[in-house]
Parts: sequence; structure tokens; C-alpha cells
Amino acid sequence: MGSATTRPVALAVVALALAGCSAGSTAGSSPTGGAEPGEETLAVGMVAEPANLDFSTTDGAAIPQALLTNVYEGLVKVDASGSIVPGLAKSWTVSPDRRTYTFELVDNAKFVDGSPFTAEDAVFSIERVKNDWTTSLAGAMGVVASAQATSPTELTVTLARPSNDWLFRMTTRIGAMFSRTGVDSLATETVGTGPYTLDTWRRGDSLKLKRNPNYWGKAPYFDAVTLRYYKDPTALNNALLTGSIDVVSTVQAPESLAQFTQDDRFAVIEGTTNGEVVLSFNHAKAPFNDLLVRQAARAAIDNENLMATCWAGRGQLIGSMVPPTDPWYEDLTGVAPYDPAKAKTLLSKAGTPNPAVRLRLPTLPYATSCGQVVKNDLEKAGFRVTLDQLEFPAAWITQVLRGGDYDASIIAHVEARDLPTLYGNPKYYLHYNNTKVQEAIAAADVGDEATQVAKMKEAARLISEDAASDWLFLLPNLMVADKDITGLPKNSLSESFDLTGLARS
Amino acid sequence: MSSILVFAFLQVLPGDPARVALGINASEEAVAQLRTNFGLDRPLSTRYVEWMAGLARGDLGVSYLSQLPIRPLIVDRLGVTAWLVGAGMLVACIVALPLGVLAAVRHGRLSGIALAALSQVGVAVPAFLAGILLITVFAVRLHWFPAGGWSPPSSDPLAFARALVLPALSLGLVQGAVLTRYVRASVLDVLREDYLRTARAKGLLPLPALMRHGLRNASIPVVTVLALQLTTLLIGAVVVERVFVIPGLGSLLLDAVGSRDLLVVQNVVMVLVLAVLVVNALVEVCYLLIDPRMRIRVRRS
Repeated sequence: MGSATTRPVALAVVALALAGCSAGSTAGSSPTGGAEPGEETLAVGMVAEPANLDFSTTDGAAIPQALLTNVYEGLVKVDASGSIVPGLAKSWTVSPDRRTYTFELVDNAKFVDGSPFTAEDAVFSIERVKNDWTTSLAGAMGVVASAQATSPTELTVTLARPSNDWLFRMTTRIGAMFSRTGVDSLATETVGTGPYTLDTWRRGDSLKLKRNPNYWGKAPYFDAVTLRYYKDPTALNNALLTGSIDVVSTVQAPESLAQFTQDDRFAVIEGTTNGEVVLSFNHAKAPFNDLLVRQAARAAIDNENLMATCWAGRGQLIGSMVPPTDPWYEDLTGVAPYDPAKAKTLLSKAGTPNPAVRLRLPTLPYATSCGQVVKNDLEKAGFRVTLDQLEFPAAWITQVLRGGDYDASIIAHVEARDLPTLYGNPKYYLHYNNTKVQEAIAAADVGDEATQVAKMKEAARLISEDAASDWLFLLPNLMVADKDITGLPKNSLSESFDLTGLARS
Repeated sequence: MSSILVFAFLQVLPGDPARVALGINASEEAVAQLRTNFGLDRPLSTRYVEWMAGLARGDLGVSYLSQLPIRPLIVDRLGVTAWLVGAGMLVACIVALPLGVLAAVRHGRLSGIALAALSQVGVAVPAFLAGILLITVFAVRLHWFPAGGWSPPSSDPLAFARALVLPALSLGLVQGAVLTRYVRASVLDVLREDYLRTARAKGLLPLPALMRHGLRNASIPVVTVLALQLTTLLIGAVVVERVFVIPGLGSLLLDAVGSRDLLVVQNVVMVLVLAVLVVNALVEVCYLLIDPRMRIRVRRS
């Protein structure tokens, strides 16, 4: 071994010496933000860092969180109340058969490289989703039959069948508009029409955005915004306490909020998200293939107490798979109220007073803390619960999501309007197969707006009455910021962390 | 040899890299497609041979997750960790050498016992806890140093030094406590040697006698422990980097394991293996420098 290792050893020493001086130059930056004099800058603390900058080939929430709306814009977007509003499209009309959408585009938008944004770019972007995107979200574009530039500022999209969901999906990352000449190295460079553009990306540390000089709309208040990434929740909180950042975008441990509420330098912002924390039941096997057992489980769980115990009382009780910002929200918490006596009765009626349940949890903060409470509540009603933890994402995905080797699990489904994903597809890991629900979902997708709302309400009520899952609570959107920061989005409803409205008063 | 072990262990790790990369709503077709893109559908042996061939050429391949080349990433992160471990080692030596000698010379007396007890406490404190305590006191309360983050030395030396202080202390103080105990033990051994008694008999005072005749002899076991600690420090850096949000090799390794970016994991582990080999080679050199008797032995063999 002796002589064989000499060369690599020598090489390693040289490499170390060379790396030493610039150590972290692609992955480090001044802890204080390094603002140029006379520039208004902002530093935002985030949790998950993008793996690269290309959300057309790489999944995960981190890339659109940083880049959508801020760097890449869509034709339409979601506002703070959950409605679809204009983006790069000034307006749009839907044909009577609900299959043809005609968008009138803004005429003064430019990409950061100076080239104008036209309907041709929109066609290019839509076709690229269909043909070149490799992430599974791109499937939502499959319903598009054709996209045509009927004039430089008019785009006509024809769908294979009517789909309300398609227009909503256009507010997400798949609706992002790319330049026909700017998609060669999306993993490290960005070419968008948004108010910001990429300045520097220090992997493992931060992503710095600067103003796009060619932005067509109102210039944002801050000249530059640095997104800093902190895996550790305490490190994120400390960064705000010591002034390294101005905003904590997501408080990961609600019990840590006390240190900010007592400090008059900071303001706590609380709103809602699309993240339903679901106690999922495996409908493919006993015991939860039995309606009575599922109803017993829902009656056994004291959701109010659970949220107080495991998420410091922050969040909202929902009672079905619909957050309050969706147009078809109604309060369904009354469908299955906490009633431990009824839970016991239901179990004996089902003929299984002590069903065995394997509750398999992902290693996520809310799941591990809520899992104990769920276990206690279920056991009081007579369930025999064995609890184990699976490393998230890898082990949980393999065993629960893919393998279906579980009776119950707890996970937050954070995608917007994801009721159809969970309860409309019997192949999904819940194996929930209810034709009435599937029909309601299908009718909602093809109908006009009133029909959509009515049918989605019906689906939400059906799954709640059928105890398809127990919806433990809705994750809150918790942010903390310096007191003088204004314009933070109260509710987190889109895939992006919208920086455009932020300012310092 | 180690490459086979690393490769084999990672293959039995539960979790499919393609599925992890695509998240919880992925379709089967998308996963299969990505497995093909990653090259995961090819036989293990092919993938191993390819990896080794790449290593020999200095080509570490492309990350599954980021789809960017791995080598620049690792070289950059290695530099960060090298600074951290180096600074930690420096702190450990500065703490341990005087305290260890003092504890040995004063053994049996109250100050010596107090020092030994203090080092025992230090041994029991994990580096991450020391880090959290240091952050709470010196960053959050006193605002003397940043609570975390990193600044490349070439761009802003002052910010670099400030960012390095707390992590280096939390790594170094704990290792220093361990080292203090070894220094104390080996100095105690030397103090009992005949040659030291002779030196005292010649009229040398205790400390000069130890400095002149004892230190070289006492340093051999200490150097051995130092080398072992250097490798422990590399591991300790994994945790400390997470606490202080430092983009080093450790945080890269943790993230890569979590996201099953296996190629990155493989290469980082190989770099760590190489680092351990380098350290051990350096220790051999140190032995020769410290102890002339070994030089003769080497020449004879």
C-alpha cells in the first residue's frame, strides 16, 4: 500500500493548500450581509436550500420558494387571499366550452438579458413543460392540446378537456415563463422577467438576488435580497437575534416564539398555509379498511388538545382536506367531534374492541411530537398502537409511500389544492377508493366556477364523513421579522416566498 | 479496499435516490426515468468500476441532486473544514500543553487536582453543546461574535476570523480537555524516570529539568493522541458545522446522506479516508523528527 498512497497523499496536501485561501468562496459570505454603502438590502433566513436553480428538472420546494415570482414570473399568480390574479397576462377569457383560454399578455415585459417577452416565449415555455421537464408536477400540463401565439401579445391555449385545475397549476412553478434563448444552463443561471435576478449563489450558505434592471413593473424596494439557509432551527433564530438576518421565513419550532414575542425589536407574523397535517389511514388493509374503525379513530383524537400540545396551539383545525383560503372551504370540524365514549362504542360495533395499529412516522418535528399524542388518544379508546420512526425522506418514502407497509402515518401535505391527489387516486399510498368522491372531483374540474366550488365542497364533506383520514390541523405560517419590515405575505399560499412587496418603514 | 466498503454500505442504505429526489407526489414513470438518467439501472459492478476509474482521473462525477460537478464542491468544502479543524487543533494545543504540564507538575496538590477534575468535565461536554453555550453567551447576549455563518478568508479576513472564533473554540476546548489528560499522564510518566532524577541531582530546577530532558520524551505519546484527535475533530466538525451553519465537508456529507445523493457521499467519505491516511503519514514523519532513535531504526530496516 505504501508507495501507492504516496501520490494521492501528496496531491491531497497540494489540494488542501490551494483550497485553503479561497475556502468557502463559492460557499460562504460575510455573516453580516456585506451591504454596499447606500444600498438598501435585506437578508431572509430560510430552511431548505435549493439543490440547483432548475425547477424544470429538480423537484423540491426550495427552488420555486426562492425564484418563482421573484425571478421567474407566470402568466397568472395567487394573491394573499388565494385568488388567481394577473401576472404576465393582463387578462384572460375562457371559451363557453371551457376548453380554450385566451390570454392577453403585457406588452412591455423583458427578460433580464434584454430580449422582450412575447407570446412565442409563452408557447415555448408551455411546450417545454410537456416535452422536457422531468419532475412529476409537469404532468399537470398534460391536459394542454395546443398553445399558439395568435399575436405577439395574445396566447391561445386549447385543452384536451375542460380543466379548472390547469389554470390554477399555471400559478405554480410549471407556469413560469422562460426565454427561448435562456434555458441552456438553468441549473446555475437564471433568465427571467421578474423584479429580481440572480447575483451570486454560495452553495451551502446563501443565494443573493439583485434588482433586474429591465423589470417591466414597479421596481422593488430593496436593491438586493440575500436568502440565507439554516438547517438548524436554533441557528436560524440566533441569526435573527444577532442581526445577521432581518426575517425568519419559517419558524420551525413554535415553542421558540416566546423569545421573540417578549422582545420589542421583533414582530411575529402568523397566517395560514396549504399544509394539512394528515393522520393518514391505509385503506388497503385492516383495521382501517373499516369505516367504523376510522370513525372511532377520529372520535378518539382530541384535535384541539393535540395542536396545543405538539404545535404550541398555533395553527388551525380544519376537519377536512381544505385550507380556509380555498374558495370551497367550509368549517367541517363538527363532522367528527372529540368523543372518547363514542370511539369505544364504534370499536365494539365494528367487532374489534382492540385493533392493532402500526403508526409509522417520518422523522419530522410535527410528526414525532404529534405521534405521541395520537398514540395516547387512540390507546384510551382501546386501540393497541405500536409507534416507530422512519428517516425522512428516504426510508419513509420507501416503506410507507411506496411500500404501503403501514396502518397509519402522519405527514403534512403542503401542495396547494391537493385533495384530488390524495383522495381521487386509489393508487396513492392511502389507497382510498370512493367513486362518489372521484366523480365530484371530476365534475369540479370541468364545470364553471360555481359548479367547481359546489362539487369541491361536496368532495370535502364526503371524505370527512367517510373518515378518509383525520386532519390533525393546518400548519400555521409563522414568521418573525425586524419590526420595521413591512409587506411580508401573511399567508403562505403560493410556492414562492414573495419578496416583491417587502420594504423597510 | 475502503472504496469497496463505502460503495457496498451505500448500496444497502434504504431509500432510492431517484425517488427521494422526486418527492412524495412522484409518478412511477418519472422515477424510472430519473433512475435511468442517474445511471442507477445499470449493474453495481459497472457503477463501481466507473466510479473508481473516475477517481483515478480526478473526476468525481456529477451530483444526482444538483446535477453539478462534484469535485469543485468538495475541494471548496474541504478548504472550509481544514480551516475549522486546524483552528480547533490550535486551540486544543494552546489549552492542553501548558495545563497538562501544570497539572502533572502540581499533581497531589490542590491546583493539580482541580485542573485534572476540570479536564474531566471538559471531556464530558460534547462539542455541539459547547457550541450552543458559546453562541448563547458570546453571540446572542454579548454580540462579540456572529452566531454562525462563514466568510471566505480571501474576501474579508476580519469577518473570516470573527466567524472562525466560536466554532474553533467549541471544537478545540473539548479536544483540549481530552488532550490535557494525555499530556498530564505522559509528563507524569516522564517525571518518574531516572534521567529526570539525575537532572535534578545535577542541580536543575524542576521546570527547566522537565523542559530540557522531559518534553521530547513526553511528546511521543502526545503526538500519537494528537493524530487520533485530528481524525476525531474531522468527525466533530460535522456537528459543529451544523450548529454554526458553516458550509464545510461535514454539512455537505449530512445533506448528501439525507437526500441520498450517494455519489457525493461516496466521494466525501473517500476524501475523509484520504485525510486520515495523510494525517497518519505526517505522524510517522513527526516521530522521526522528535525521536532520533527511530531514524536509526528506519535506516537499519
